[in-house]
Amino acid sequence: MAIPLDQILIQTVNGLVNGMILALVASGLTLIFGIMDVVNFAHGDLVMLGGFVGATTMAATGNFWLAMLVAALTIALIGAVLQITTLRPLLGRDPLTTILATFGMSLVLQKYALWQWGPSARQLQEPITGRFDLFYLQYPWYRVATAILAGAIIGGLWLFLKRGTYGIWIRATTQDRIMASAMGIPVPWVHTAVFAIGAAMAAASGVLFGPLGGVTQTMGADFTLRAFIVVVVGGMGNLGGSILASIFISLLEAYASLFVSPAQAVIVSFVALILTLLFRPTGLFVPTPK
Amino acid sequence: MLSLADVHTYYGKSHILHGVSLEVGPGEVVGLLGRNGVGKSTTLKSVMGLARPARGRVSFDGRDITGLAPHQLARLGLAWVPEDRRIFRLLSVLENLRTGLDRAGMDDARREGLLDKVYRAFPVLRERRHQAGGTLSGGEQQMLAIARAMMLEPRIVLLDEPTEGLMPRMVSQIRDIIGLLNREGVAILLVEQNVPLTLEVSRRVYIMEKGVVRHQALAADLRADQAVIHQYLGV
Repeated sequence: MAIPLDQILIQTVNGLVNGMILALVASGLTLIFGIMDVVNFAHGDLVMLGGFVGATTMAATGNFWLAMLVAALTIALIGAVLQITTLRPLLGRDPLTTILATFGMSLVLQKYALWQWGPSARQLQEPITGRFDLFYLQYPWYRVATAILAGAIIGGLWLFLKRGTYGIWIRATTQDRIMASAMGIPVPWVHTAVFAIGAAMAAASGVLFGPLGGVTQTMGADFTLRAFIVVVVGGMGNLGGSILASIFISLLEAYASLFVSPAQAVIVSFVALILTLLFRPTGLFVPTPK
Repeated sequence: MLSLADVHTYYGKSHILHGVSLEVGPGEVVGLLGRNGVGKSTTLKSVMGLARPARGRVSFDGRDITGLAPHQLARLGLAWVPEDRRIFRLLSVLENLRTGLDRAGMDDARREGLLDKVYRAFPVLRERRHQAGGTLSGGEQQMLAIARAMMLEPRIVLLDEPTEGLMPRMVSQIRDIIGLLNREGVAILLVEQNVPLTLEVSRRVYIMEKGVVRHQALAADLRADQAVIHQYLGV
């Protein structure tokens, strides 16, 4: 059957927008995995907590951008506390231990959100309400803005890693934790800082996503799963690969939903995950290891 | 200045060091010889906080440093140049140096002075400063590993087999840099398989066997006493 070109283009825009939000979540996850070999199963719950803190701040102040900033800083602080209390003592242990620990963190954070904010969804008001004509649709400018802002935050992270002393510390620790430590780099604090940065990026995604899909206490699992898929497809711990994989997977899902319902379209990301694990387990977007 | 007293270290369940005791004085070059697998590298790691001694005491300037984290020891003035060099392969040469250079209390003049010093000792590092560390040759990586340690302005360098696998020209460059460090008053604990080089640059030498120090002597005496070398090292 023929798909009209305008629908394909609309789905391309949708895929890019979803992909950029996912990339914001996944880059934090992959940064944390790269530096401390921890798969953070609570990452999606940091997205969720960020969304709630943002919604609460927004309700109090009416300022969306302030809400995003407050959410990012609050969740960064919570992330730092979680890392120091839960993950730092487990450094270098069997990966199973840290998987269980972050899974436990995830449950605690979800139940806390249920207790604090209740089971119902919060909808954040879009800060940008304008729309523009995209073929037969009135497409919200806000969706485009989220993609640009997510891209800007990721770009900021990239600059931070490439330039300056702290970027060198993070990259050195990612490559060789022991040698970094012997060079006087305070590795335990680098780990904490990276976890806090990843948590802040997750929180920012939660606030950005708020006006699109609402904030619920159970939204975290979906984000964790999707971010986990793109981190594997992009090559574990590879930042550029995760970002490309986020866009790739989101575009695949967007195009798939031209044929089937969006709920069924999710299947294509699992197919991509399985094919990656079968045929290229080092990841799609990394150079072939020599 | 550095002293180990009855240090016992395990890797998991295997007992590697069975009570190592040795000393390095201020500005002294001390060689640590022995066959493969007798615990020489583990001795250095036990000093640097990379393998935690189960028993015994490591002290530096009379202060007990057993169990301190490596980054704390680096700040106290200990630097470690590992056997396998452990260059940060994806960092540029300059960034590798900056891992030790970018620390509290550094000003621009001091940074420039330090960089200039290692670039003069190893001109190839200046040429390659924007190249990724992983693209250097083995000898260049060894130079970078030593230069990187010098960025910490250490008072003692734990130097693990610096000439392993190097061409003779590179070996003589390593000999020169040991001399340069020593003239600046930096102490060196040198683990080596290259016996002639060790006897040439060291003042004193310890010989290890099966996790303990079996013999110690002035390097000058050992040079004249080939029987001891033959007995412990089989060369």
